[in-house]
Amino acid sequence: METPPVTPEPDPEPRRYGRGLFLATVAGGVSSLYWGKAAWSRVSGVVSPVAGALVPILPTGGWRIYTVSGSMPVFDPATWRLSVGGMVDKPVSLGYDELRALPRVEQVSNFHCVTGWTVQNVTWGGVRMSDLLSLVSPQPAAHALRFISMEKPYVDYLTLQQATLHDVMLAYEMEGKPLPQEHGAPLRLIIPEMYGYKNVKWLERIELIPQPGSGYWEQLGYDRDAWVGRSNGYGT
Amino acid sequence: MKAGYVRRFSRVERLLHWVNALGFFFLLATGLILYLPSLSVLVARRQLIQDMHFWSGVAWLGALALVLLFGVRRFVRTARELESFDRDDLRWLRGGKAPQGRFNAGQKINAALTAAFTILFGVSGLLLWFGERDTRYRFASTVILHDGLMYVSLALLVGHLYLALIHPATRHALRGMTVGTVSEEWAKRHHSKWRPEPQ
Repeated sequence: METPPVTPEPDPEPRRYGRGLFLATVAGGVSSLYWGKAAWSRVSGVVSPVAGALVPILPTGGWRIYTVSGSMPVFDPATWRLSVGGMVDKPVSLGYDELRALPRVEQVSNFHCVTGWTVQNVTWGGVRMSDLLSLVSPQPAAHALRFISMEKPYVDYLTLQQATLHDVMLAYEMEGKPLPQEHGAPLRLIIPEMYGYKNVKWLERIELIPQPGSGYWEQLGYDRDAWVGRSNGYGT
Repeated sequence: MKAGYVRRFSRVERLLHWVNALGFFFLLATGLILYLPSLSVLVARRQLIQDMHFWSGVAWLGALALVLLFGVRRFVRTARELESFDRDDLRWLRGGKAPQGRFNAGQKINAALTAAFTILFGVSGLLLWFGERDTRYRFASTVILHDGLMYVSLALLVGHLYLALIHPATRHALRGMTVGTVSEEWAKRHHSKWRPEPQ
């Protein structure tokens, strides 16, 4: 038998690179659910000088604003008051200026949201919870606090022990300026050890009560003790 | 069809493109309200916007699936074209002049990425939604994936809009995606290996 003369193939069968690219992208994206956050914090750590310059340009500054009702509470300095009551010997109602006359502290802490985002090194100014509590003299049977927001029906709770952790504060300043509306003006709770939903915004009332209840998000299934990295399905 | 014009995109192909585009812009708008603090302040109805974002995302994926199913035979052929890279495509990608088929190599890459991103947007979006309700679906990186996809998609979109609307050599292609036809002369210049199907 004779072999037919070989004609050179002008172009080999096209390769399915497109399918490969598609599958690799899907696989890379899905697997990033496991490595994305670690990779991102490493990258932002390595390029921190660049990121430091970049983050202010990023339109969000890393924040995302959550509200639960139709409109954002508006702060009116003339009418706003923080009332602290419940199981206390000396209930108080403080106006904005009275609040700022209390001993002022400043702290830099990280803010973690349960949905995965984090804003690092936020500067807060305000008053320590312990300073406020010494003003009202809680009764011995009070073991928890209820934080009531101007945004209805947002409410959340802390135990007295949690509320008096060394870095828990009521902040009326953020980054050296009065707290902006979207961050809870004029006053919000800051508890850096716990996820953002415990950091009640637009505070108007604090009540001392016997035991903590379930706050807004806790009634929807989130943990009461929202320790960062150790609750809500993380680190368990 | 006007003389001197050839059909580049069939009706179902155009439908798929515009369903995708419409959904993308709506999701981008509602997504940015959720994402950008300044817009969040302006609109403030987060729960409503979040519901709109989620359900329009579901509708978007559903509509895409319906169109794909409806034109399945056409799309199997289109997908073949899109996934195949020959030597000319590789040469073209390296910046050389090389004859191209109905899709050039850049369009093929864009198509593969867009399809993959659609799936990833869907997966990460569903996880965000269900993660809010059940810790089993909660991953610390979901939001990073969803945001990252947005940034990369936005970059692709900007390039796509530039080529489709502004760049003089390529903007004629927009016609192909609206009325379906492009001029034969343009097709020969940009897609010389493409043999338009007889009508």
